[in-house]
Amino acid sequence: MHVVRKTSYDQDMRLFAHRGVAFWYGVLAIAALLAPLALNTYYLSQLTFVCVYAVAGAGLMLLTGYAGQVSLGHAAFLAAGAYTEAILQAHGIPFVLSLPAAAAVAAALGLAVGIPALRLTGIYLAVATLAFAFIVEEILARWESVTRGNFGIAVDTLAIGSLRFDAEWKFFYLALGVLVATLLAVRNLLRTKTGRALVALRDSTIAAQSLGVHLAWYKTAAFGLSAGLTGLAGALYAHKIAFISPEQFTIMVSVELLVMVVVGGLGSLHGAVFGAAFIVALPQAIVFAKGVLGISGSGQAAVDAGVFGLLLLLFMLYEPQGLYGRWVKVRYYLEVFPFYRRATFRRQKTYARTERLQ
Amino acid sequence: MSLLAIDNLSLHFGGVRAVEDVSFRVEPQEVFTVIGPNGAGKTSIFNLISRFYDANAGRIAFEGRDITAIAPHEVAQRGIARTFQNVELFEHASVLENLLLGRHVRFRTRLPFELLFTPSVRAEERAHREKVEEVIDFLDLQHYRDTRTGSLPYGVRKVVELGRALASGPKLLLLDEPSSGLNNEETEEMSFWIEDITQELGIAVLMIEHDMALVREVSDRVLAINYGRIIAAGDVESVQAHPEVVRAYLGE
Amino acid sequence: MRAFVEFSQQVLSGAALGCIYALIALGFVLIYKATEVVNFAQGELMMLGAFLGYTFISLFGLPFWLGLPLAVVCMAGIGGLLDRIVVRPIVGQPVFAIIMVTLGMGFVARSGASLVPAWGVDTHVFATPFTGKVASIGPLVASHDQLAIMTTTAVLVAVLFLFFRYTRIGIAIQAASQNQLAAYYVGIPVKTICSLVWGLSAAVAAVAGILLAPVVLVHANMGFIGLKAFPAAVLGGFGSIPGAIAGGLIIGVVESLAGFYLPEGFKDVAAYVVLLLVLAIRPQGLFGEGLRKKV
Repeated sequence: MHVVRKTSYDQDMRLFAHRGVAFWYGVLAIAALLAPLALNTYYLSQLTFVCVYAVAGAGLMLLTGYAGQVSLGHAAFLAAGAYTEAILQAHGIPFVLSLPAAAAVAAALGLAVGIPALRLTGIYLAVATLAFAFIVEEILARWESVTRGNFGIAVDTLAIGSLRFDAEWKFFYLALGVLVATLLAVRNLLRTKTGRALVALRDSTIAAQSLGVHLAWYKTAAFGLSAGLTGLAGALYAHKIAFISPEQFTIMVSVELLVMVVVGGLGSLHGAVFGAAFIVALPQAIVFAKGVLGISGSGQAAVDAGVFGLLLLLFMLYEPQGLYGRWVKVRYYLEVFPFYRRATFRRQKTYARTERLQ
Repeated sequence: MSLLAIDNLSLHFGGVRAVEDVSFRVEPQEVFTVIGPNGAGKTSIFNLISRFYDANAGRIAFEGRDITAIAPHEVAQRGIARTFQNVELFEHASVLENLLLGRHVRFRTRLPFELLFTPSVRAEERAHREKVEEVIDFLDLQHYRDTRTGSLPYGVRKVVELGRALASGPKLLLLDEPSSGLNNEETEEMSFWIEDITQELGIAVLMIEHDMALVREVSDRVLAINYGRIIAAGDVESVQAHPEVVRAYLGE
Repeated sequence: MRAFVEFSQQVLSGAALGCIYALIALGFVLIYKATEVVNFAQGELMMLGAFLGYTFISLFGLPFWLGLPLAVVCMAGIGGLLDRIVVRPIVGQPVFAIIMVTLGMGFVARSGASLVPAWGVDTHVFATPFTGKVASIGPLVASHDQLAIMTTTAVLVAVLFLFFRYTRIGIAIQAASQNQLAAYYVGIPVKTICSLVWGLSAAVAAVAGILLAPVVLVHANMGFIGLKAFPAAVLGGFGSIPGAIAGGLIIGVVESLAGFYLPEGFKDVAAYVVLLLVLAIRPQGLFGEGLRKKV
């Protein structure tokens, strides 16, 4: 077990707690950069999806994992980013402008939801965001002059100036770059005033208020930032898929995004990335498992959804800290081997705690 | 000029008169204690000062300025900090983060710079961290600095909450039953801290308390209320001996 | 005059649809009131109820009046089991965890239903004694299905009202829903009560499913209608049974009117638009009380 001796306040502000951590992140960075050499196009493409989803995951994590606001409507922000990107690109706007524009449109939409959501909490908020996502989905299908309705929009290969992202590895590097920038920005935010205020909002609004945290401002900001990041992911997603239609942004996608942060591990940025990897790997794993078990491929979609739901159930019941929580435990086990005690991480027994107000 | 001036304050919930025509003054550097049986309206007065409730009538002035109708988050900016009866900490954050949140209103950093963690942001984080360390030293919390507050024993949580309020650098500290849930030793410690807070840090304390030993030890003046109304005010002995107060506590 | 008849006709069929929303919303509210769990799988419980009805009535050939209670009783059992196996371990966890668990339950139920060979991913119909008959009330027409839905809803609500008002169990449930811990201290078997409420709620869902079957056909995805019952429950204030009924009726009528008078597309989102409008004005719903945390 690595004991860190702290000698300056700056140590608590560092990106990496100590050299060992920095070393492993370095290894990870090199592995990611070398991935295009080692993987074939298909797997590289899946890895790109992980990056794209992780950007959206970081956005939702900020809102749900840190600020504690449940959103069942994040597909709408993904859609806002994707459609903005597709439409602007069709009008010949360069990517360096359309990408921020996609994020900005989604963020504006997020603010639009955030402001009425100010007075809502818990289930009311969840259902309000759900309602919002349904309305956006319907607008996408009906506003045919702009979105081409259910026909969808084909999205061209991405190009910045003369650099065309026509090969899988080029797009992978782009997505990886956006992901790293996103994670850095969110991490920075979390170690400063705003990040702490979001956590305050989650843990006790009353105490937050008494300390001078402007609830309305931070709640709106959380929605705006979260939606903006999800929009950013949406823009990348549009290019990756090369074709977008309203069916790709249904309530199921909102749920999938939520599952991503929950299974990954609420309240940790690692969780967003782990969750993205989980979402991308799961269908593959099911296909693989079927192959091993020799089951024919009928009803693939139904099985997928069922396994998805079952895993969600099992995670919530047995590992509420998600994949990241599990990883922390495994690491701890290895560090203190053979002195690991099960009780270290045992959940405290809790009784029905009322969140109702008297 | 009084630090806090409360004039004819009233709060009604439907037909219930939680606070009725209450007036009092808190002077700089004094410990002013409100006592009264459960449900007398003590915490309601705190919640009115914190602006969680809107007063039906009356006026609250802090340093001569009217705060009866300001937004709840502005109260801390004016220099009023508080603790809660049942401890309202940010349970999933560390002690350090809780205390840094105490300094929230003193931060001047802006969102775009925070996203980039610019050198100016770092410098400010560092400066506030130093202030927080002063509080940690003051309350002997060094040992718990990186512990999640949710896993701390109750007594320590109360101290952390006190520290969080102190970290904001207030002029007036509202303590809602600082000794509830503490053992004798911890209560003793609390009374020393309250004295240090007024005498060393020069902060005025407005406190709700049931433990009369603690009240006697630290209070400069005491106000007794029952059914939302003031029944006695003055120094500890006279209030404690006041026949109305005796009746309120012992019943008719 | 004709315009008025048209309008009334829309209100009538909207009310019939609204009753279904109301029944599902009622299920949400029952569970929420007693256990503070927001059951996102309520629509799926309804779907399972409909499938059980289909199995008993259509596949096994049982008479309707035998198949219906059988399906309802089975669903009550399933509801109680769900509480015992899935929900109880997470009691005390944040609301969020519970939402995710019930969402997961919904996925599993939907997938499970479509994997049952006789159910599959196809749509099914089964005949009820009301199918195909139409009644006219003055200038208005209503199918017997619609009338059955409305009558059953009214009867169910009345029965539930009496149950909560006058029976020992009903009063115990009320006590548990107001303060679980206090109820536990005075000797109310809170755990049993929770299972009971889940069973009750699933039974109500089964009734809704079987009544709805002739209108929208039985299908593994029919539970998505539960997503429309959500606005109904929230509109009604989420903790209030009369609120759930009123919310369901409002959503049903608005949807029906929007489908008739507004361009295509508005029908599907009408419920959500109404919900957002109401929440913007009254964040606690129409019938909810504005409460805040005590410090």
